[in-house]
Amino acid sequence: MTKSSVRNICIGGSGLTLVIFLVLTYLTHASFPERTHPENISEEVVWGKKVWEKHVCIDCHTLLGEGAYYAPELGNVITRLGEEGVREILEITAEHGWGGTRRMPQFDLSEKDIDGLVEFFKWMNNVNASNWPPNKEG
Amino acid sequence: MKYQYESQQVAYPFFVAAMLLFAGQIVFGLIIGAQYMWPDFLFPAIPFHIARMIHINLLVVWLIFGFMGSTYYLIPEEVEGELYSVKLAITQFWLFLAGGVTAVVGYLFRWHDGREFLEQPFIIKVAIVIVVLMFIYNISMTMLKGKKRTSTSIVLLIGFIGMALLYLFAFFKPDNMIVDKYYWWLVVHLWVEGVWELIMAAILSFLLIKLTGAEREVAEKWLYIIVGLTFITGIIGTGHHYYWIGAPEFWQTWGAWFSVFEVLPFAAMIAFSFDMLSKKTRSHQNKAAILWTVGTTIMSFVGAGVWGFLHTMPQINYYTHGTQITASHGHMAFFGAYVMIVIAMISYAVPNLRNQESLNQKAEVIAFWTMVISMLFMGLSLTGAGIVQVYLQRILGMPFMEAQEHIALFYGLRFFFGITFTLGLGIYLYDFFSSAKSRTKG
Repeated sequence: MTKSSVRNICIGGSGLTLVIFLVLTYLTHASFPERTHPENISEEVVWGKKVWEKHVCIDCHTLLGEGAYYAPELGNVITRLGEEGVREILEITAEHGWGGTRRMPQFDLSEKDIDGLVEFFKWMNNVNASNWPPNKEG
Repeated sequence: MKYQYESQQVAYPFFVAAMLLFAGQIVFGLIIGAQYMWPDFLFPAIPFHIARMIHINLLVVWLIFGFMGSTYYLIPEEVEGELYSVKLAITQFWLFLAGGVTAVVGYLFRWHDGREFLEQPFIIKVAIVIVVLMFIYNISMTMLKGKKRTSTSIVLLIGFIGMALLYLFAFFKPDNMIVDKYYWWLVVHLWVEGVWELIMAAILSFLLIKLTGAEREVAEKWLYIIVGLTFITGIIGTGHHYYWIGAPEFWQTWGAWFSVFEVLPFAAMIAFSFDMLSKKTRSHQNKAAILWTVGTTIMSFVGAGVWGFLHTMPQINYYTHGTQITASHGHMAFFGAYVMIVIAMISYAVPNLRNQESLNQKAEVIAFWTMVISMLFMGLSLTGAGIVQVYLQRILGMPFMEAQEHIALFYGLRFFFGITFTLGLGIYLYDFFSSAKSRTKG
């Protein structure tokens, strides 16, 4: 094979896979209403996501397995600890941080922030993540 | 071999900045490695999340400095003409350095955005886009003005253009976290398992042509094979990140069938380097540069290729997703592919820019083996940590923090090899900077 025929296969193959990827992306979007229930993304959930980003929780925790691996998974934290359990931890965190080892730093969380995070976690908990994680420990 | 065009000298500050930021990256790596063992270390002044953010951001910034320096060095020789604008390159250098340093210092004061790896505040993101556009403009104009447009230079330019375009997804922050995650991967995956591989392959092609003297026609055929394999496997291969984040189950089929072949471009890079060596027409005196060049093809195959392959099937990934297995793969892949290709280029280009034969060969070889072996064992320690974590947490259902206590030994090993890695880097940096004194202007 000459250099130019290899180049043409390379361009053609890349183009074809890109088209397939775009089609799959379209189909993925089509599945989101059912899998993620966007109708449940309330103002609280949106605020919760903003608080999640403000304190960059993802750089210690994982969310559906993505993030740092220093602290527990939070995509299913409502299943694991219950709404009240999560709320209690956040309230203690707002006062003086949480935990005995690998402590969570004290974050300035208002009542609104805590409500938002709880609603955000509740919404995440209902996302269809193909039966992941394998058990409630995440 | 001496450099051939005066404007190639502009690559030098990029390489110096890359090395200094690399040192910074490793300092913060040691901090988080230590925090895994002694969680109260530097707490709460520099908590884990801040140090990790800096560790990874510094990595990305110094690698891009390295890619840019490599490009400024190789483009004039490839197109046979001076750089379009040295002034623009220098401006772009200082702007990028200021942006990078501001971001990192800002992180220490909790000035950051909230998505993993894309923590740069909005204004810094804008600055990055401007810097990359300045760079792309400069390289494009140089190619237009130059006598030749080689496949190596075209692939390199496409790599950078792709990198700039994909980074635009960093500005997209939808309210739906699942949509957010889906598009986040278009930056993260399609950078490191897509366009960065083009940049790596193009630099590799340049180095192998220079170091072996083998025919360009042979090299660039390999280059297109690598680019083709990268995109054909890697674009749909993005799907291996979509198994468990709320995207449809069909990704488990598409993602798996394409991503298992993502090892092929790295296998092709090994074949490429050995094919070129077998066809060599000269014996280059810079053995250290050859060692790093061949080394990067092998280590990227192991770290990115094999270690990626190990957990890319959904049947396995269901259990390993989000554990230390990912961390082990990440460390070995970034080191093997991108760190080593930049060091290979530095080891080749910097002595040329200084009119030296080579850096201290003995020091370089010691640094090479110390860093490579340390990173291999660091990766293996984290693999061990991951296996135990999967068994305890995912199979037995032990709580996360309890499982972590049982992994402490592996974190200790990882920290130990982190220290030996730092020693290797120290030798390299000492040689890099101390040999600068004997620099002669030619």
